[in-house]
Amino acid sequence: MILKRLRLALGIISLLILTFLFVDFAGLLPAQKVPLADIQFVPALLALSFGTVTALLLLTLLFGRIYCSVLCPMGLFQDLTGRVALLFKKKKKRKYSYSPEKRWLRYGTLVAVLGTYIAGWSVLLSVLEPYSAFGRMVTHLLRPIYMAGNNLIAGVFNHFGNFSFYHTEIFLLSTSSLVVALITFVFIGYLAWRYGRTFCNTLCPVGTILGFVSRFSMFRFKVHEESCNHCGICARNCKASCIDSKSETVDNSRCVTCFNCTTVCTKKAIRYEFSWKKSAPATTISEDDSVASRRRFLATIGVTMLAASSQVWAKGMHLGTNKPWIRKSPLSPPGSHSAAHLNAHCTACHLCVAQCPSKILKPSFLEYGVEGMMQPIMDFSHGFCNYDCTLCTEVCPNGALKKLTVDQKHATQMGYVKFIKSNCVVFTDETFCGACSEHCPTQAVSMVPYKGDLTIPQLNTAICVGCGGCEYVCPAKPAKAIYVEGNPVHRKAEQFVDTNKKEVKVESFGF
Amino acid sequence: MKRRDFLKAAALTGLVTTFKLTDGMDLMAQKTAKKAVKTGGTSGTDLVAVMGGEPAQMFQKAIAELGGIGKYVKKGQTVCIKPNIGWDKTPELASNTNPDLVGEIVRQCIAAGASEVVVFDNSCDDWRKAYKNSGIEAAVTAAGGKMLPAKEVTYYRDITLPQGVKLKTAKVHQAILDSDVWINVPVLKNHEGALMTISMKNHMGIVWDRGFFHRNDLQQCIADICTLNKPAVLHVVDAYRVMKTNGPRGRSVSDVANSKALFVSADIVAVDTAATKFFGQLVDMPLESVKHISLAQDHHLGTMDLSKLKVKKINI
Repeated sequence: MILKRLRLALGIISLLILTFLFVDFAGLLPAQKVPLADIQFVPALLALSFGTVTALLLLTLLFGRIYCSVLCPMGLFQDLTGRVALLFKKKKKRKYSYSPEKRWLRYGTLVAVLGTYIAGWSVLLSVLEPYSAFGRMVTHLLRPIYMAGNNLIAGVFNHFGNFSFYHTEIFLLSTSSLVVALITFVFIGYLAWRYGRTFCNTLCPVGTILGFVSRFSMFRFKVHEESCNHCGICARNCKASCIDSKSETVDNSRCVTCFNCTTVCTKKAIRYEFSWKKSAPATTISEDDSVASRRRFLATIGVTMLAASSQVWAKGMHLGTNKPWIRKSPLSPPGSHSAAHLNAHCTACHLCVAQCPSKILKPSFLEYGVEGMMQPIMDFSHGFCNYDCTLCTEVCPNGALKKLTVDQKHATQMGYVKFIKSNCVVFTDETFCGACSEHCPTQAVSMVPYKGDLTIPQLNTAICVGCGGCEYVCPAKPAKAIYVEGNPVHRKAEQFVDTNKKEVKVESFGF
Repeated sequence: MKRRDFLKAAALTGLVTTFKLTDGMDLMAQKTAKKAVKTGGTSGTDLVAVMGGEPAQMFQKAIAELGGIGKYVKKGQTVCIKPNIGWDKTPELASNTNPDLVGEIVRQCIAAGASEVVVFDNSCDDWRKAYKNSGIEAAVTAAGGKMLPAKEVTYYRDITLPQGVKLKTAKVHQAILDSDVWINVPVLKNHEGALMTISMKNHMGIVWDRGFFHRNDLQQCIADICTLNKPAVLHVVDAYRVMKTNGPRGRSVSDVANSKALFVSADIVAVDTAATKFFGQLVDMPLESVKHISLAQDHHLGTMDLSKLKVKKINI
């Protein structure tokens, strides 16, 4: 009872905080100071935080899959869905039932995830990794609703002269990621609504790894024959479908330590107890269901892939009357060092996307290739990278974006500026502009004398950091006259040299 | 309250707040405002130039010379102050208007009986960072004013500019349109594109779509927006620190001259002329090159001939 309440309390806190991190466009909760994302299993593994990984494995070895019951936001989302389902279900249907382990599907999925990852395709891991899948659901489905709600409240408050809320722009971050998030939500939501923690126990790679450990955990659940009257109430309340009340066995590899069974059992026949003194009970496996389930799984993945690839569009290309250009290399975010490093470490949780105050990080489509789908990419259509901002590198739990200091960021060239003179309004219209240079923090783009008093951009790519201020603000339409070309491997940006050091004294007004 | 009633109320409030005012209504609002301006300042001095003091102190001297803030701001009026808060930069880098100056103006408006003083800019950098790191948010709040958001199109309303040559319509921030009076508080900077950014260029921060300006003859559009049927009652040009090179953003303190000056006038052409001449002592900047100033004179917004005006120069 106490353990269940503790589980509930911790779970609610985790779910609320993690959800808020992904919807918080206003930066109310500093994500870099809330380490909940950093202690997620796969992110910690990819960040090579061996301390965290060891701690999580040790926790599981001692007490079972506590991670799944109080830390994993996807698990908590399923619990919440199941609870909401209770309100809609008829009394008779408010129950779970035992189902045998689908071992082939479990381990088959894990092998597929590991295999594709090792082959350089992190996309399958990204799709199934529970924390990242949750992050995407919140970023792409809940966040726009949260922002719309904020705008409604802001509208009312601002009307009465209160500006503690402000309007924010809502726009589609990425169609492909939205589709993936939607499928994740519908698929896992449906399973949770009908069957409880089926995802955790058949598809989730983390569930499979931790389940392998929890099978042997120090504390686990056991049915005591002498007290059990085979009423089956424990099995009906087991959202992991892992209690077989007929044979009085608990499959501890699938148990997510929710303590529902121990709470409902009136005979105290099922107990959570120290189990290292006895040998672990063997689990029975039925092969019958696994084939159907595997088909369903493969069909789902197939549909996901199909839906996503139907969205294939040309990348970064602008067509129109003036000269179009194509970005040859994708712009990987600050701290990513290279597209390759990003691809190897990112599971596309989109925390950086949700947190970016300049709204420039968005999920990629095929810019990094299919293998890097949904990983963050810089896009300058709604803003540009703030020169002094390092937030994304601070919030990334995977180490895919490595922490940068402001000085380190200033010395990194993520991409470099390119100028197409024939598109520039100074050239085409012979009018003043300079918007690009105006936004340039290093004057890699500076204005030099042109015809008469006109000035035209001149580049010094060595000192360019690739922030995209010039590209974002360039007024030329439809294709911009200035853009940033990505560096597949980030380079060192040279420091600009101050040229006007001499102090000028003024003693009169000059008129 | 019943759920249905609540939803109805919420929907209604939403409707009311998203309801757009028509041009006609705006014109009416502007007309009344303009009358207020005209009956406002009738001081003998047209332009005040101050040198050698601290920002707040120089403003105190200048406004006293013009007859006090009470000439421009009446008891009970709502005031909007529009500084330059374009960049996520600290005051030493002179990319934004000096926070002490903005704070002092807010303080004086409130002392003169203004019912509300609001401050905003359509920043280039992330506005939350710019408001904070410019020091302006803190200065305004401490003086009793209120910072308004401006980085979303819903805060802007369409206006027409009948006199505009290139710019005939624009979306202008509602704080400018709704306030009884507004005060323009630019910072004097070199601008690599428009050559200078002073009072007129600062108007680009009251409009939503700046890209249109850059696409359609920047200099002409800057002059056109100043024909807005509700001019600022005062232009206060901060030249305490002046960005002489690499403007308007600047790179480092080496772009900045500590010139300790301030220019105040209700004549936008005159004050920009004076400030450009002052700036010309730091870096060569012929007045004729800064086209938007003469284009504004063509719009009859003021005079570039300072000898026609009563100019007061104060050295502290």
